[in-house]
Amino acid sequence: MLYREAGQFKSTYAEDQQIFPIRQDRFAVALLLAVAFVAVPLFANQYWLSAILTPFLIFALAALGLNILTGYAGQLSLGTAAFMAVGAFMAYNFVLRMPWLGVIPSFILAGLCAAAVGIVFGLPSLRIKGFYLAVATLACQFFVLWAIQRIGWITNYSASGVITAQKIEILGYVFDTPVRKYVLTLAIVAVMALMAKNLMRSETGRAFMAVRDMDVAASVIGIPMMKTKLLAFAISSFYCGVAGALFAYTYLGTVEPEAFTLDLSFRILFMVIIGGVGSILGSFLGAAFITLLPIFLSVLFGGISHATGMEISHAVVSNMELIIFGGLIIFFLIVEPHGLARLWQIAKEKLRLWPFPH
Amino acid sequence: MKRTTVALALVASASFSAGALAQAKVQYVPHNYYWVGPYAASGSGIAGGAIDYLEMLNARDGGINGVKFVGDKCETEYNNARGVECYERSKKNGPTGATLIHPLSTGITYSLIEKGTADRIPIVSVGYGRTDASDGRVFPYVFPLITNYWSQNTAKIKFMGQQAGGMDKLKGKKIVNLYHDSAYGKETIPVLDAQAKMYGFQVTHLAVPHPGNEQQAQWLQIRQIQPDWVILRGWGVMNPTAIKAAQRAGYPREKIIGVWWAGAEEDTIPAGDAAKGYIAAAFNVSGTNYPVIQDIMKHVYGKGKGEMDDKSRIGSAYYNRGVVFSIITSEAVRKAQTRFGKGQPMTGEQVRWGLENLVIDDAYLKKLGAAGFMQPLKVSCLDHEGGGAVKFQQWDGKQWKVITDWIPSDQKLVRPMIEASAAQYAKEKGITPRDCSKEK
Amino acid sequence: MNVAFFFEVLIGGLLAGVMYSLVALGFVLIYKASGVFNFAQGAMVFLAALTFVSILKMGINFWLALIITLGVMVVLGMSIEKVVLRPLINQPPITLFMATIGLTFVLEGLSQLVWGSQPHGLELGIPDVPMEWLSQKWNINVSQFEVFAAVVAGAMVAGLALFFQYTRIGRALRAVADDHQAAMAVGIPLKHIWAIVWAVAGFVALVAGLMWGARNGVQFALTFIALKALPVLILGGFESVPGAIIGGLIIGASEKLAEVYIGPMVGGGIESWFAYVIALLFLLVRPQGLFGEKIIDRV
Repeated sequence: MLYREAGQFKSTYAEDQQIFPIRQDRFAVALLLAVAFVAVPLFANQYWLSAILTPFLIFALAALGLNILTGYAGQLSLGTAAFMAVGAFMAYNFVLRMPWLGVIPSFILAGLCAAAVGIVFGLPSLRIKGFYLAVATLACQFFVLWAIQRIGWITNYSASGVITAQKIEILGYVFDTPVRKYVLTLAIVAVMALMAKNLMRSETGRAFMAVRDMDVAASVIGIPMMKTKLLAFAISSFYCGVAGALFAYTYLGTVEPEAFTLDLSFRILFMVIIGGVGSILGSFLGAAFITLLPIFLSVLFGGISHATGMEISHAVVSNMELIIFGGLIIFFLIVEPHGLARLWQIAKEKLRLWPFPH
Repeated sequence: MKRTTVALALVASASFSAGALAQAKVQYVPHNYYWVGPYAASGSGIAGGAIDYLEMLNARDGGINGVKFVGDKCETEYNNARGVECYERSKKNGPTGATLIHPLSTGITYSLIEKGTADRIPIVSVGYGRTDASDGRVFPYVFPLITNYWSQNTAKIKFMGQQAGGMDKLKGKKIVNLYHDSAYGKETIPVLDAQAKMYGFQVTHLAVPHPGNEQQAQWLQIRQIQPDWVILRGWGVMNPTAIKAAQRAGYPREKIIGVWWAGAEEDTIPAGDAAKGYIAAAFNVSGTNYPVIQDIMKHVYGKGKGEMDDKSRIGSAYYNRGVVFSIITSEAVRKAQTRFGKGQPMTGEQVRWGLENLVIDDAYLKKLGAAGFMQPLKVSCLDHEGGGAVKFQQWDGKQWKVITDWIPSDQKLVRPMIEASAAQYAKEKGITPRDCSKEK
Repeated sequence: MNVAFFFEVLIGGLLAGVMYSLVALGFVLIYKASGVFNFAQGAMVFLAALTFVSILKMGINFWLALIITLGVMVVLGMSIEKVVLRPLINQPPITLFMATIGLTFVLEGLSQLVWGSQPHGLELGIPDVPMEWLSQKWNINVSQFEVFAAVVAGAMVAGLALFFQYTRIGRALRAVADDHQAAMAVGIPLKHIWAIVWAVAGFVALVAGLMWGARNGVQFALTFIALKALPVLILGGFESVPGAIIGGLIIGASEKLAEVYIGPMVGGGIESWFAYVIALLFLLVRPQGLFGEKIIDRV
């Protein structure tokens, strides 16, 4: 009953084509943004801002990128971390060598570099499908990391290959406290999420979904395969590249190739699968789940050992955390294979009728 | 949604318990190490030694002048993001916040440098970390104590010189630097090249891709080159694989000299008989025959507590390394208390002063029960390394036998490189280096 | 260049490739029978090796420990099939793949929880030293152990090929791999077949674990072996047992030759990606691998 659409009439095309056609949706999103932009910086403590919310936003952006590629366009990719690495390192280089550009244009250029790399390594998708493509993207993952290690120019010839991100200064305003970094990240992620949602309901998005569902049929009706697939790779890599740049600048503060291993690619793939393949909201839900779960388990076990006073060897605790993490993922896949976004959709369906039973 | 609520509740409860801690007079030391993953053996050993030593101080001495040590363990999985999260979660706990952090990972150290400096919590990276942080003027809150990577490398070349019969005899010799293809592995390439120019030896750098369980191609190349020594700069599985691959290639293990992260039981035991004769550097020794280890056995394990489930690991190279970590922690706290209040919990800023003025000489080591266990230390504002000497040990099939005395590093070569690198960092970041003469 | 050295690198590469294909075999078996890309194979190899070594350390005789570990792996395989895969029967392949990654975490944690995190050495009685007569005569170093591993792998591949070709269960497995529904229609008990497949995969994991454990020591990094086997799978095709061996040989040889001859020109360390790039280039020519099944798209 709360979520009733009855009474909401669309009288212009513009109204019909809105991103959030239902008034309750618009209200909810506005409220969410208000909380995120205003309430959270005012009330959240520093731990939540710098260790939970900022990485959540960054991973949500990367998951968004991967969702565009794997969820909407159906091209399975395991090279997400490599694209993030390209974004991070290229952002560092742009800020270092062209400081007059400014930070935001540097991020955008870094994203474009990542998109270029994405196009190159997306070329095999024209011939290869499914798991073979996934393993082929692993070639991208390993090659990019190797290249970053070897090409001294990328890391400004530092002995160890680790570089520290510079200060973020936009129009004279320095973003150095956790609150400011959080707000900057939130702004970038919100804008890009909006762009993604808009993109996915446009012709490009429909082309992606056609390619995902049945690419032979799609090419038969005239959707250009090469352009569509490469565009999917490019857009996805752009998002991952910007996420990587944010990862370096607003979260970790340092960039090293070891931070972008295959493990990170798997993590982001988990976020996409558990959040919901082919759903923008799903990327956020999945990112929240995967980011919060290890912390939750760690705090839980810490709390148990404090409460019971038991001396459990920490090796046991850490391994239990790992087992439970894997187990929960499997459990989740069994219980709701379409992900958290599907759960939310079911909730919305129920809300249409609630409190009435039918 | 429900998960988040429960998480919030638990975090709230954790902060309640932290609140209770805030009243007591305790010194909070976070233990952010790793107990899972490919490096779990090293991480759990070091964690065990570090935690046990502090427990021993609590049990035997009642802490430092009555202030006992407490701490929480947090799993970092050797992962930068997890390390940062553990740091953020633990930095405000206890009455005075976190005392200091041992990240036990070069990557996590790099990530924490700015955060630690902003939060005024010292980041102590004993035998690893950011080498140019040895220049304390640019990095006031970072301490790569005892030895950093570059110093160790020069000591290694000195050892080779010793074996060859003199540093001049190194001219024309061939050395292969077999390194792990990571930030850690690549750090010593410049300093090796500099020494090659200085002493006239030829150095070839061979990279081993992470994680290092395939080294056949590299060892075939080594067989071609026929070097006089191979420096094994590995970590984790790369080390036993290298030793076995050496056997397979017919290269004598006595000519392989490993770094101190390639010189523990975990590196030689999996290689079995192949490891006999392998030499590695060390800045701490293994063995249980030291009063400090005996005290841990008596006061901690004797009372039924203690971190190591497998008691045979007490006295191993990594366990003792953890003990060294905690000796540094506790003595820095003690030193800080002499200035800022005996019997009071110390803040991170105060412990920083304690670290910077830490002097542990031979007599002091004897009092601690650690004579011969670790080297004497003298930290200063200019010199955040404080030691620089390395011992070399050889694996005889069952244990490590020390074969040299402390070999000092070549600071004449290393220090200018460190200062240049630190100055560049200062310029990039806009930091004005401190003037050590002005500080007390 | 030195011809003897070239042969040394080539033979070494071929033998290393055989070691890769040992791991790839496990993947092939499971993919062949149930269409699941079991990423947890690496963790199974690790668990098998660790269990075996730990049981040995308890003082139990070699062959008995082998049998016990085999039993453990078979039980593990069957329980994985029952608990993880059966509930996910009709899901898209990517969900199953993700489930096996989750399974990897579980197995890794379980192994270290039960048996501890210390690395162990593993001695199988064959020393890992160069064969005397070869190195004396032609100055080519070929390790005895690697030849032994090659023989073991060859025997296993031959055994498996015979099993699939000539036994009733083998044919049932091939039927299931082809079409689940049709196999059920003919009366083949699907669940039994899957249990058998996972048990055999567990056995393969055990052999691979023993070989790799003896080569590099038994420690957590064994789980990364799976990443070495993936290019082999691409090259040989996901469903082909002989493809695993031939793919392994090609990947092993080309990887080592590239590292030794091309590596120094670009700074070394190209092994991490070279195999993948080779496999990728190969796929561009033949998208289903050497012996894989042609992917037929129906609209």
